[in-house]
Amino acid sequence: MGTEAKEPLQLKSDVLIIGGGPAGTWAAITAAEQGASTILVDKGYCGTSGATAPSGTAIWYVNPEEQARERAMMSRMDMGGNLAERPWMLRVLDRTYQNMHQIRDWGYPFPIDQTGGPSYISVQGPEYMRLMRKRVQKAGVRILDHSPALELLADSHGVAGAVGMNEQTQQPWRIDAAAVVIATGGCAFLSKALGTNVLTGDGYLMAGEAGAEFSGMEFSTAYAIVPYFSSVTKTALFQYATFYYEDGRVIEGAGSRRGRSIIAKTLLKEPVYACLDLADESLQISMRKAQPNFFLSFDRMKINPFKEKFPVAMRYEGTVRGTGGINIIDETCATKVPGLYAAGDAATRELICGGFTGGGSHNAAWAMSSGYWSGEGAAQFALKQGANRFRRNARGLAELSGVPTQAASSTNRINTEEVVQLVQNEVFPCDRNWFRSEQGLTDSLGRLNQLWYEIKQGVRTVEGSRLGVREVAAMTATARWMYESGLARRETRGMHVRTDYPQRDTAQHYRLLSGGLDQIWVKPNAAPYNSNIEEAAKA
Amino acid sequence: MIEVLSADRCISCNQCVRICPTNVFQEVKNSIPIIARQSDCQTCFMCELYCPVDALYVVPNADSVEKIQEAAVIEDKLLGSYRERVGWGKGRKSTASDDESYLVLFQARAH
Repeated sequence: MGTEAKEPLQLKSDVLIIGGGPAGTWAAITAAEQGASTILVDKGYCGTSGATAPSGTAIWYVNPEEQARERAMMSRMDMGGNLAERPWMLRVLDRTYQNMHQIRDWGYPFPIDQTGGPSYISVQGPEYMRLMRKRVQKAGVRILDHSPALELLADSHGVAGAVGMNEQTQQPWRIDAAAVVIATGGCAFLSKALGTNVLTGDGYLMAGEAGAEFSGMEFSTAYAIVPYFSSVTKTALFQYATFYYEDGRVIEGAGSRRGRSIIAKTLLKEPVYACLDLADESLQISMRKAQPNFFLSFDRMKINPFKEKFPVAMRYEGTVRGTGGINIIDETCATKVPGLYAAGDAATRELICGGFTGGGSHNAAWAMSSGYWSGEGAAQFALKQGANRFRRNARGLAELSGVPTQAASSTNRINTEEVVQLVQNEVFPCDRNWFRSEQGLTDSLGRLNQLWYEIKQGVRTVEGSRLGVREVAAMTATARWMYESGLARRETRGMHVRTDYPQRDTAQHYRLLSGGLDQIWVKPNAAPYNSNIEEAAKA
Repeated sequence: MIEVLSADRCISCNQCVRICPTNVFQEVKNSIPIIARQSDCQTCFMCELYCPVDALYVVPNADSVEKIQEAAVIEDKLLGSYRERVGWGKGRKSTASDDESYLVLFQARAH
């Protein structure tokens, strides 16, 4: 494809945002409002990329009344293994409240609920993200679509921009920036969970190369219930489902929330069917209005999901609906690397979710809140730097890590399809990833570590794509951070299930940090000071 | 996955090429775009929403190609059916304002 034929596009900006989903767009708007020149790059198209754009998403929006907030904060505290932190939850509830009203003022058409006022507890992704793109442009931010970042630039003072490639024109780009926000989402390992195939952990890899730390990577066992054929991962609607064996008997205890593991265990042995037969007719209409493409899929397949039983499957959602991610060290969502910030699913969401998330609601609130703070923080950091901030002679970090940024030409090298298959073999099966054990994790890590070294020797890609190399390296690294963290947590807490340690252990009431590329390390972080006092006291 | 790009309807605006998050389509000089990388399609349906002439059809099967025929899709009035539901396009009103998640989620919590 003659990737070297084109002159690189060279740009400078105070702030570079990598990723154009909710977190990245909020970050871009906020950075620009601070007076920072800002560029946003998206691997796909800002407005359609990522897990939020294709469908309806609940929002963790709670009126600022003490009792309502208290209920909202405590409702999932224990489910999350008491690892969430109250001050962060309150901050996110406040910020989300403000941001949702901001979206209303920008013209988002919120529905009117039974009280006669607007309902702020959900958004329709296509509408929300189309609006966010418009606002990013209106804020004066330059957007580069189809322009994945391949590696960060840095000097001895910290991160200084990124280089990447326009996938459609094959033109390389280099952006020198005084601060960078990673808003690349989580990693769902190309499972086709709705909108997630752009989410391959690219930002984790870049942050890892820069020396950033991760937190909670063991909380990465989210699986969605889907109709067997479908990409539309809307597990919440299965609250209204009954689950059946092939012979029509009801599977006792199976459900979309606490009973999801029963479905997974049954699926390991035999097919499982569902029917949304708990929804009455008026609710059926509401469900259709809440999630148009979930029902579009059934209609096109000529299945009546309220009357007919249909086979279901589990589609892996990885860290997109897990809670682990890049560790942030302060209220501006800074990482430990100067100039590097993280927001949305790329960052850890344990601060508000602990070790469990039910999906959209909290993650969506976190995305818009952390996006806002990271944009503000990155802009303030950038504007404090002197006039020489773009003359830093920064270099690409992949050169130091040894993870390739070019496709290998030798036919002896492994190719991207092979790597994807090998990584998926380790992370997709429920009996390996969801129901974890020391033996299973150790076996997987042996193979994944071997694969990591093979990747470093070079990877062949379709049409010589440079992005493909980075994506498979990122997925492999992510799986290794997940499983090393999972191995270190010798208990069952939040969504992390250890079959060999089925109980919660109060002595392990802490978060787990991790990092490193060739040698991965994991270590306990201090117990969160403000969650469940009782468990903290016992620990 | 994306299976139909109707040559009869396509006006070569290349909007699908621009907005597809996984870069499935390819612009072709002096012609309509093509579905160049079908296996990269993640079945997110976004292209249907952004196509101004309802020339695209995504089969809900995310894992394999069903080889559906354009004639069958037209006969079942499926071209443009998602865009219509979402209320995008000239003279339509976005159905985001009809979102009844507050009823669905409220009942779920009471369950």
